[in-house]
Amino acid sequence: MNLWRAVLSNYPYLVSLVLFGIGIATVLTRSNLMKKIIGINIMESGVFLFFIALGNIRGSRAPIIELGTEAVLYANPIPSALILTGIVVSVSVTAFALGLVVKLYKFYGTIEPEEIIEIKSTGR
Amino acid sequence: MKVLAYLLLVAVLWTLILAVGEMPTYGCFNPTHNYVYDRYVRHGVEETGALNVVAQIIVDYRAYDTLIETTVLFAAIVSVMLTLKSSPH
Amino acid sequence: MHDFILKEVVSHLIPFIQMYGIYVIMHGHLSPGGGFSGGMVLGLSMVLFVLVFGLREGLKKISHSTSTVVESLGTAWYATVGLVGVLRGASFLVNKAAGIPTGQPGELLSSGLILVITVGVGVKVGSIILTLFVELIEEGDEE
Repeated sequence: MNLWRAVLSNYPYLVSLVLFGIGIATVLTRSNLMKKIIGINIMESGVFLFFIALGNIRGSRAPIIELGTEAVLYANPIPSALILTGIVVSVSVTAFALGLVVKLYKFYGTIEPEEIIEIKSTGR
Repeated sequence: MKVLAYLLLVAVLWTLILAVGEMPTYGCFNPTHNYVYDRYVRHGVEETGALNVVAQIIVDYRAYDTLIETTVLFAAIVSVMLTLKSSPH
Repeated sequence: MHDFILKEVVSHLIPFIQMYGIYVIMHGHLSPGGGFSGGMVLGLSMVLFVLVFGLREGLKKISHSTSTVVESLGTAWYATVGLVGVLRGASFLVNKAAGIPTGQPGELLSSGLILVITVGVGVKVGSIILTLFVELIEEGDEE
């Protein structure tokens, strides 16, 4: 089929899609807050891989300029530079989320949202 | 409820797979490789003096980006400290 | 933790990890790497120390106040270095257009402000990773 040939020739995008799907499945179907954070991180890895794969050119080298050589094809450095920002933001968000989870566990003694809602509604 | 979640997942993934089928072929020309890329790779060394093009971009051409990025890290650590150090009332 | 082998191996391993981190930071403008990845290696070496020797020993090496000052100085260092361009009559965070000597491309001490900023960012990221880890582990350690 035409679609599948196109999808398989774009295999890095497909792999990033699989990572994104694993992340979404984890976030949607697990209620444990820790697992939700892990799922969000896996989703982020998928997006990063997608961006980095966009910058590649077949037969290109890493964008470290070699002096004295002419007409070398270098990979595109811009997606890598942009994704560095993304990685830093993801680290920050993960750290803050982990801090909130630790605080929730100290306060309620559990990190399952349903149990937290139950404790809240019954007034401890 | 879980069935609903998986249905949503399949819908999202199918849309994304259709999008991947429409993407430019991996490794060939795509709109990311434009004049900005040319400028950075060709004139980067003489304009900044660094060999690593990614370092040129993040610390020289787009230095504001990295400045705000370090501010984001700082804000993250301040918020974590505020969350963990404040006593539960 | 009373594991003799682990402590012995890690205490000999940590200097090399930190040397590698410093190498990655210092060669950020010549080879793959830079402030963020090198700082991450530096910070993770300190996290390894805390994991193996315990929080008390780790806080003896680098106290809370030291790491707080270092990570605040990292951001301030970046902005201050950016002001060099303004002082020399160009715009903020400008490198070569402000007349800063960039040296011979390919040598260690080259590329003007890039090396200076990268060192600041590396130190800052290292201390931030350590502080985040210590904050999170301290919270669970209290009772």
